[in-house]
Amino acid sequence: MEDSTSKDGGRPARPTVGLFVTCLVDLFRPSVGFATIELLEKAGCDVAVPVTQTCCGQPAYNSGHRKETAAIARQVIAAFEGFDHVVAPSGSCAAMISHHYPALLADDPSWVQRAQKLAAKTHELTSFLTDIVSLKTVDAAMPSNTTVTYHDSCSGLRELGIKAQPRALLSQVENLELREMEDSEVCCGFGGTFCAKYPAISEVIVSAKTKTIAATDADLLLAGDMGCLMNMAGRLRREGRSTEVRHVAEILAGMTDAPPIAGTEEERS
Amino acid sequence: MKVHSADFIERSAEAIGDAQLQRALGNVRAGFIGKRAKAAAALPEFEAIRDAAVDIKNHVLGHLDVYLERFETNVKAAGGHVHWARDDDEARSIILDICRKADAKTVTKGKSMLTEEIELNAHLQEHGIEAVETDLGEYIIQLRGETPSHIIAPAVHLNRDQVEADFRRVHSHLDRTRVLDSPESLLGEAREVLRQRYFEADVGITGANFLVAETGSSVIVTNEGNGDLTQTLPRVHIALASIEKIVPTMEDLSTILRLLARSATGQEMSVYTTISTGPRRDGDQDGPEEYHVVLLDNGRSALLGTEFQEVLRCIRCGACMNHCPVFHAVGGHAYGAVYPGPIGAVITPALAGIDKAGHLPNASTFCGRCESVCPMRIPLPKLMRQWREKEYEQGYQPGGMRRGMSLWAFAARHPRLYRIGASIAAPLLSRLGGTRHRISRLPFASGWTDARDLPAPEGETFMQAYAKSKTRNAA
Repeated sequence: MEDSTSKDGGRPARPTVGLFVTCLVDLFRPSVGFATIELLEKAGCDVAVPVTQTCCGQPAYNSGHRKETAAIARQVIAAFEGFDHVVAPSGSCAAMISHHYPALLADDPSWVQRAQKLAAKTHELTSFLTDIVSLKTVDAAMPSNTTVTYHDSCSGLRELGIKAQPRALLSQVENLELREMEDSEVCCGFGGTFCAKYPAISEVIVSAKTKTIAATDADLLLAGDMGCLMNMAGRLRREGRSTEVRHVAEILAGMTDAPPIAGTEEERS
Repeated sequence: MKVHSADFIERSAEAIGDAQLQRALGNVRAGFIGKRAKAAAALPEFEAIRDAAVDIKNHVLGHLDVYLERFETNVKAAGGHVHWARDDDEARSIILDICRKADAKTVTKGKSMLTEEIELNAHLQEHGIEAVETDLGEYIIQLRGETPSHIIAPAVHLNRDQVEADFRRVHSHLDRTRVLDSPESLLGEAREVLRQRYFEADVGITGANFLVAETGSSVIVTNEGNGDLTQTLPRVHIALASIEKIVPTMEDLSTILRLLARSATGQEMSVYTTISTGPRRDGDQDGPEEYHVVLLDNGRSALLGTEFQEVLRCIRCGACMNHCPVFHAVGGHAYGAVYPGPIGAVITPALAGIDKAGHLPNASTFCGRCESVCPMRIPLPKLMRQWREKEYEQGYQPGGMRRGMSLWAFAARHPRLYRIGASIAAPLLSRLGGTRHRISRLPFASGWTDARDLPAPEGETFMQAYAKSKTRNAA
């Protein structure tokens, strides 16, 4: 602990975190952004939100627009490289920065090192809270006997190894019982632009997913990525199912005042 | 190689609407995934073997010329012949020529995707030579006039009762009251019918899972033993192999064999692993009088030294398609190419051109499950993304998609403009969502809303709300 005291004040220095909001949270679900700030501050971080951020560039990257993506990557690097850490409430966006930016800028000698440095300090929210700063206690509580099921989003799971972290955090939430769905590691069929390019295939995949979700009879579906959550929530509603859908950060921060994603829970407003 | 991938969307829609096919595809999920996981988990050094196998293949691909020449030398030393084929045309001519010299009327075939790639059966047929498939799955689809829908389970798109109907239709000389209600009884009948064909055949054609440079051997891996009969009973054995199948030594072969069956079917080893070295020697009990290896390039050497080289590590186990959510949804035929699934999405553009195979590398969610199970650690999503880059660079990406993404990328590079756009869109969509907080129909987003509701934004963007909260806190 002595090491982390600041030179002038003598008080332990709070690590600075740049919040990478993600484009989907910005547009669709600001609650997740605020929940993320709440959790990061609880974990003793100073959080800032650079205003020059837009998106990590993944849609362009996965559509083959490499040069445009590199330009977006440089913009993100410039906006975030001054922080001790960068945290995103998304495994997909965090992996884009930590795994793909260095590869994307590998041939650009003036940027590759900056990309690597940023990559090394960029984290997905739940893994940051457990592996980097160790959030001591999650003081959140659900209404009695709340059952949840958790979908492992592909990028977080396979590119970042996120599996145990959200479960470890959720295990500390009072009145919350985790009921694992079958094939929680199987893709939900979102795939970014995939679901728009191949809607019929995406529908088959997401329908298999909602079936396994429904089979758990859980009250609540959680995950760590807005894309997957919107896809699964949208399909659950279309099927007339009432499973409430939220980002894991909302539950961990105890911030469930906003209506669930795509509504219900008596269409609370 | 014929490619029908331009119709991918129509083909996949048809596949999705085919209830029988969808039932059969359930067998892919149920039949392969758990078994592979169990086999991998039972071998503590599985991950280390993967690393070793990757090293072996990377080394080979760096010195392919050396090992191919060594292989040729050793095949000749063992009394065999090596033929070099630049493309499918040359390979077909070489094989036809060997068959003609042997005065062949019938050839038996072991399972070989490469013969599918060069459309060998049709070529032989055109020249009056009957090719008889001897692998059960291949035999079934040959009866039906179909192509394989999976590289190791060619008839995985079929159910048992369909096969029974085909057998009753084609084997009309057999007792009509016979019972054919199990995979075993179907296999037994195919064996009986095929046995005669093995003895009639003048030439046996197989593929090769591996070629071993130090001994000049070709290696096949099967579960039915049909490959052995195909390559030992006829007077002439032709092994058709693509150039990247080479491994330096028997030791290397055994390393990679420890991965192949585990990754493919979850077996520790396939039932038969057969190594052929040259023709029958004096004193040998059996074996062909002539042993030929046809080495086919067909576009592969052009991948060496490129960003696609890693795909040449593939050992054709099928694990990528067995674990692919898209393959599970549409099956193999929808891809309209010889090699389906993630590996096909990378190989097909390489062999046929991205202009003809554009859908294939795009039809992936990039979930990464294929890469996670690939024994040779081929970064399939990365390679598919590289094909998307080529498609865009070469101007083959559909215009709407290209322009839309360019516009979006422009906005993403201009934060103020982006902010304005987002702050207009969010409340607008939020109002459309009403008190249900979701949108059931949205023009321009029907791809989304045809299958699912669109969750409505909460109202303001995060950036707007955050700026307000900052001002409040400061006040």
